[in-house]
This record gives sequence, structure tokens and C-alpha cells, in this order.
Amino acid sequence: MTVETTEDLKLSNAQIAWRAAQDIRDGAYVNLGIGFPEMVARYQPPGRQAIFHTENGILDFGEPPAEGEEDWDLINAGKKAVTLKPGAAFFHHADSFAMVRGGHLDVAILGAYQVAQNGDLANWRVGSKGVPAVGGAMDLVHGAKQVFVITEHVTKDGKPKLVEACTFPLTGVGCITRVYTSLAVIDIVDGRFVLREKLPGLSFEDLQAKTGAKLHTDGPVADLVAPEL
Amino acid sequence: MDKTIASAAEAVAGIGDGATVMIGGFGGSGAPIELIHALIDKGPKDLTVINNNAGNGRIGIAAMIDAGLVKKMICSFPRSSDPRAFTEAYLAGKVELELVPQGTLAERIRAGGAGIPAFYTPTGYGTELAEGKVIAEFDGRAYVQERWLKADFAIVKAHVGDIHGNLTYNKAARNFNPLMCMAAAKTIAQVSKIVPLGGIDPEHVVTPSIFVDGVVEIANPQQEEVLIRSGAVYA
Repeated sequence: MTVETTEDLKLSNAQIAWRAAQDIRDGAYVNLGIGFPEMVARYQPPGRQAIFHTENGILDFGEPPAEGEEDWDLINAGKKAVTLKPGAAFFHHADSFAMVRGGHLDVAILGAYQVAQNGDLANWRVGSKGVPAVGGAMDLVHGAKQVFVITEHVTKDGKPKLVEACTFPLTGVGCITRVYTSLAVIDIVDGRFVLREKLPGLSFEDLQAKTGAKLHTDGPVADLVAPEL
Repeated sequence: MDKTIASAAEAVAGIGDGATVMIGGFGGSGAPIELIHALIDKGPKDLTVINNNAGNGRIGIAAMIDAGLVKKMICSFPRSSDPRAFTEAYLAGKVELELVPQGTLAERIRAGGAGIPAFYTPTGYGTELAEGKVIAEFDGRAYVQERWLKADFAIVKAHVGDIHGNLTYNKAARNFNPLMCMAAAKTIAQVSKIVPLGGIDPEHVVTPSIFVDGVVEIANPQQEEVLIRSGAVYA
């Protein structure tokens, strides 16, 4: 007989990405951060097609090309080769960030080291050592109508990533509207974490114990259920 | 009027010690590799280089750093698949870094080209990259004042140019190039093909010739990514 501990009970990265993808409407203009957030594009529900923006100047790019078919003038912000969908557009960097800061994107999805209950995000460096590199992260957190984070609920050594106040250097202040974690879906409302969904096998108390700030509820908490992926 | 320049070496001949140089491209896309390598051959010192990144591998801007040409980098993301050149020089204190959020970098360059000495942006507010900067509130929200960026020279990569310097670009290789053309006292573009006047449909011109001082034809330009994958070294 195996005993399932709460440590085993969590969504995979693919399942977190799948859950976030369910909240992107058809026709939304979306920027996915480099790395884990890019996975969200794979899980758009049938019948919906978002238009993806990349900072280096493409709207409506698609899948990577086959190996050997790369055009190195056609890359995304992660410097990976991409393809174009019919209806794609090119533009220069100032226009690209006008789309970001100017409130034209519907959704931006980023990773996080820490998210604070007031919506502060830390996701660009963890200390003052080494070579700092910020890219477009500080721009992306401002201007999109909704700024989502997808993340493990706790760090590899079990520390909360959802906290009262970030201790790592900030990317932006009061900028995050919703967090999809490996355990829960949490909105940020008026400086508070408001729990919307949690894994059905996880008690509120256990989730609270893994969260670095008080969890609030505002109406019923739904079950967080994702398919096997 | 004919702004055609015969060679990459001639195109960069005016770039001397201490110059501020904008270099187009985002990673390898739109990077004027041949002009950068010609600049390494000329060998000016103490350059301030403005680019989104800070070089990759042992070619392009990374090779400029290896060759000791660069005093300061102004960039948003000094990392790459092989960032040794910048990382080693930076950690050894040989190269200064001014780190700028990517959208702010683009807008500072655009502002420099447009005669706007400063502007306010929400980007960076409340972060260490806004420390010491003027903050102002507009309609209840806080913004950071950022200054324009201008340069002595811009070296960029375009696709087709005419002899006046009207330019088109190839796909996402546009990125910072049109902005940098506007923001430098002297702009040199390498193009895959130079065409006679009328050879570019005016509807398709991305950079109008007024922003360009010289055009040099480099047919079949090298791609940074291809060079990196082949382990190329420029020295």
C-alpha cells in the first residue's frame, strides 16, 4: 500500500500551464515570458486562438520550425527560431513596447521567484552577485490588462513563494493580478491573496501552511482539476 | 547624391577612440556582423556600446569585448548562450554596465532620435533600476523619468537599401535598427542589396533616408547564430 503525502500532491508544470491557458479567451493578445510561460501556448482550448506577441517585434508567431529549417532573422524573445501564422506582423522595438506599456496586451504571463500579497513581483535576480540581466520583464508587468504568474507554490527547499513582502529585488510594484501555482489559483485583490481554486485533496490549512501570507476567501473555493498531460 | 560606401572597412573608418556606438540587432537577428568585425580590425578603444545584449560566443560584440575595444555596455540583457566574453570582462572590472529595461532602452533611443530629452515610464518604478531617478505622479500613478540616448555612430543591418539610404528589413531583424538609425550623429547601414532610386516602393520604406548617412552592400551576410553553432572565433 502506498500512502500519498501532500508532497506528492501537486500539478506538474504542464498542468499549471494548462490551467492558465483555460483563462485566455479567443482572440486575446498575449505575451508569454521566456521559459516555463511559453508552455501555455500548447494548451489553448480547442476553438480558441490567441495572438502571441514577442518583444523583439512579431505578432502572431507560431511553432518552432523543423530542425534545419530555421531562419535566424525570425526568432522570439528567447532567441529561439519561430514560424509565422497567416496574419502575422513585424514592427520595431519601440512599437513593440508601446503595445506592452500602452495597455494593448490583454494578458502577460510570467514566472516568479516571489509574489507578494500586494501584487509585487520578484522574478529577475535573487541577489547582487554575478551579471544582472533584466530584459523586458520590468516592462511586461506594466500595461497588460491582466498580469498572471505561473509558478510552483513553494521553492525546491519548501519555502513559500507567495509572501507578505518580497525579499528578492523587485521586478514591479503591485503589478500581478492572478497566480496559478502547483496547488492553487489565487487572485490578488486589494492587497490580499484571495483563494479561488485549490487541489481537492489539499485542506485549506495545509495550503495556508505552504503560503507565506494569509489566504483569504471570498465566496466558494472551487476544485483545481487539470487533465493528465 | 549617393551614400554608397565601397567596403565595410571604409564604412567604420570614422569611428575613433571614446566614441559612443549603437549597434543594431537583438541577439543575432539584425546584428551587423561584418561592420562589427571591420570595427574590430580598425581597433578603436574605450567605446561605449549600446545594444540589447552584450555579445555571444567569440564573434560580434563578444569579440569586440575580447579585443579590448569596449569601456562600457548599455544594454538590457547581457546574457546569451555563451556569455563568457562580457561576463569575464565585467566581473574583472574591465567593462562597465548600464542595465536598462528593454522597453526603456528602445524608448530612450527613440527619444534621442526624436528630440525628446526625457520621458516618464511606469517601467522600473519601485525597483533598484529606478534608484536615484526623478519620480513623478500622473493621474494617481507613479512614473520614472528616463533620459534620451544618443550616439556618435550607429551601425545597423538592413535588408535592401537604395543609394539615398532608404531601408527595408528582413522579418524580425528590424528590432532596434530603425530606432538606432534615428539616434546617432552618423548612421551606417549594411544591406544585402543596394538598389537604384525607385527600387524600393515608398510604401515599403521602414527607415527613410534622412536617418541614414552611409550604405554598404554586404551580400549574403553572416548570421551570428550560425557562426556561434559552428564555434567561430573572430580575432
